[in-house]
Amino acid sequence: MENFMRLEISAVGENESFARSAVAAFALPLAPSLAELSDIKTAVSEAVTNCIVHAYDRGKNEGKIRIVCATEKDDTGGVLHIEITDFGRGIDDVEKAISPFFTTLPDDERSGMGFTIMQTFMDGFAIESEPTKGTVVRMTKRIGGECSKSFVHAETRERVNA
Amino acid sequence: MRIDAERRDNVLYLRLNGEMDEYTAGIARRDVDRLAETYATVSERAVFDLSGLSFMDSTGIGFLIGRYKKFKRYGVPVYVTNPSVGTDRILEMSGVYTLIPKA
Repeated sequence: MENFMRLEISAVGENESFARSAVAAFALPLAPSLAELSDIKTAVSEAVTNCIVHAYDRGKNEGKIRIVCATEKDDTGGVLHIEITDFGRGIDDVEKAISPFFTTLPDDERSGMGFTIMQTFMDGFAIESEPTKGTVVRMTKRIGGECSKSFVHAETRERVNA
Repeated sequence: MRIDAERRDNVLYLRLNGEMDEYTAGIARRDVDRLAETYATVSERAVFDLSGLSFMDSTGIGFLIGRYKKFKRYGVPVYVTNPSVGTDRILEMSGVYTLIPKA
């Protein structure tokens, strides 16, 4: 079974909390664990914050953020797909931008860890950007998979030991 | 974001409450820096209690390192305590614990 959501919000700081809560709420029918929900909220927060701070110059340039989500349910849980798009400044050097600790605003107490967190906390991550046109971040999160995987590993171990 | 501060046995405890993101961090930054200016000279160390933090993204890394630098000017070491599993992962992977150990 597939479910779909499309959300368009203003690129303002107030919406950081709304965006991550909305995506987390959309994922609830897949019965995610608290840790999985926390991962989703953090990754969405990073992507949306990037849109506000970098794509639209800290909300000074009025802009829109589009969030599209889809879920696929299966026997062990499911998969959550998230696509976060802005129509702002774009990134000149994507490879540099996603490298750990790289930031264009070091005086702002920014850590440069946003993309690293998205990549670490989600199972799939892709980014496309065109200067002056905008940026698309796509992420996927497997819900319930890790649990069943470790269960299989435990079973395999038992079999090997026997 | 709300900060509860308490001084016990020359230790300044700073309890962060609420959700920390780019939008809310400004208030926390302002409040903690004000407390640092008032209490750092009479404190041996500062401890950030994260038990009331229901959410934190990478903003927290910059926030904590910024406060570490602030307290360092007074020669006061900074610690964190009670991070959630998600927060712990972020602080671990970003190397924050090398500057600000877990109390």
